[in-house]
Amino acid sequence: MNNTTKDLLKKDSPFLEHWHQFKNNKTAVIGLIIIMLFVFIGILAPILAPMDPIEQHIELRKSAPFTNGYILGSDDLGRDMLSRIIYGARISMIIGVFAVSISLICGAIIGLVSAYYGGIVDKIIMRIMDIMLAFPYILLTIVIVAILGPSLTNGMIAIGISQIPSYARVVRASVLAEKENDYVMAERALGAPDWELMIFTILPNCLAPISVQATLGIGTAILDSAALSFLGLGAQPPTPEWGLMIASSKEFVTSAWWIVTLPGIATLLAVLGFNLLGDGLRDILDPRMRD
Amino acid sequence: MANKKLLSMENISVNFKTRRGLVKAVRNLSLSIDKGETLALVGESGCGKSVTAHTINRLIPMPPGIIASGKVIFNGQDLLELSESEMQGLRGSQISMIFQEPMTSLNPVFKIGTQLADVFMTHQGMKKKEALGKALELLEKVKIPSPKKILNDYPHQLSGGMRQRVMIAMALASPEPGLMIADEPTTALDVTIQAQILDLLSDLKESVNMALLLITHDMGVVAESADRVIVMYAGRKVEEGSVYQIFDNPTHPYTLGLLNSLPSNDKYNNSTRLEAIDGTVPDLLTLEDGCPFANRCSYFIDSCNDSFPEETKIENGHSMWCHRATELLKKRG
Repeated sequence: MNNTTKDLLKKDSPFLEHWHQFKNNKTAVIGLIIIMLFVFIGILAPILAPMDPIEQHIELRKSAPFTNGYILGSDDLGRDMLSRIIYGARISMIIGVFAVSISLICGAIIGLVSAYYGGIVDKIIMRIMDIMLAFPYILLTIVIVAILGPSLTNGMIAIGISQIPSYARVVRASVLAEKENDYVMAERALGAPDWELMIFTILPNCLAPISVQATLGIGTAILDSAALSFLGLGAQPPTPEWGLMIASSKEFVTSAWWIVTLPGIATLLAVLGFNLLGDGLRDILDPRMRD
Repeated sequence: MANKKLLSMENISVNFKTRRGLVKAVRNLSLSIDKGETLALVGESGCGKSVTAHTINRLIPMPPGIIASGKVIFNGQDLLELSESEMQGLRGSQISMIFQEPMTSLNPVFKIGTQLADVFMTHQGMKKKEALGKALELLEKVKIPSPKKILNDYPHQLSGGMRQRVMIAMALASPEPGLMIADEPTTALDVTIQAQILDLLSDLKESVNMALLLITHDMGVVAESADRVIVMYAGRKVEEGSVYQIFDNPTHPYTLGLLNSLPSNDKYNNSTRLEAIDGTVPDLLTLEDGCPFANRCSYFIDSCNDSFPEETKIENGHSMWCHRATELLKKRG
């Protein structure tokens, strides 16, 4: 190593240290590339999409890929598959981030309060979380959507709410471990109030498991929202949402395979990206799995 | 004299509720610290030193802790009666604390500068830039080499001695530090660093005129920096006096035992074995009302187990708590 001392010291900051490990983790890098690709496609959808995703050309319906000027074919109403998948990326990314934000924010607050105060507060909160976990996950989501009314936004909210318990548990577990540390007591001795200790002292030390959970969670949320749309409880036609695209074309599995398969592949890739990144992050951030 | 008194604890008893029963960690402890004075609390591990310290700034986790009786008077107000937010205002501004473990007492995810500046921002409402300037000043005050660089370092990049200096700097981050509680500030450090840290503490104490409550099990540290000493055993105060009185005329059998178990250069030259106090600290769960040192004491008589002895005044400011005080004093001459 011909690094100067200064460079070595710089690498020691937590972010750079992890970035260094991140670069060497193939899984995480591949995951990140896939995600960046989808994010890029999502942001630039209006520029990248060759056609309007909801414009119908009935006369050209069910065109096979690379025919009639459709690169990935057209669906049963003659809408361009490629454009719809591109716009679908935008929707899916938003769904993932939005749903996970709901569960993350609520879960973090619940987990923090529960672990920090402990005792009866902890018991009551965690039993409520247990009750939520006792419902089959997708059933709980469906119940919430049924209450709120089926729409894409309500689907995201429902997915977010039903995921709260798992985040609350992850946060609680790591807060329980962190709050016993001397620096928490030391900061209390410096006059920090409870909320400051929770948010600015303990929470930043719990970010590793939380970010892994959130990354994996985005993948799950995309998948779940596709499932909700497939059941008719999420996005409503003509929204170019991947799950909805699969649902509305399932009868063409044998006659026009591309209408069903392509949105499925897109979903698969997006979820795969988040799972790879999440797994990679877990390896990087978990000190026990470091070599 | 009365207005010189900064802190006094009166008849403090602290218990902990555990699954196995009630642990009486501190029993009927009284102490007082004058402004600018250094009081050392000495005793073995588990004798209630840290609990006493945490009682002062109310850091005892409750539950399971219970402050069963007593008062903690600081600058004329009873700290135990303050609300939690009033207490938060005092912590870090008038009562600061240095912890035993410098390695784990700094938040690992923030830079030293951020952590130091935070204290100024919390208590004095400073802006970040101003606070960072103050932080730098403090680091210079505790004589850290290249303080500018340290501001941007993370705790894991510093050695134990440096971190302890940072902890001390943090404890000094107030306009009027009245009392500093140093809970075994040098235990985790090398002996060479120990001396530096102790020197630093006493220098700073002089310059800002604060009182220091020094908690330690190291008689060497006591001799070097304390004005007065309280010897604790199993939650009880057994002897109290000025540092000269304790070292020149130790009277309680436990104090004698502690001083005899100190290695001295003479002893090594004569290659005699180091003395130890026989037996172990009693289980605080099963401890009765008698003298807690009874089972290890070579002056044991039956009445030792019956009750805790009354105070025996030896001379001005020097007291001990022992059933056989008169005999011991006679023997000493």
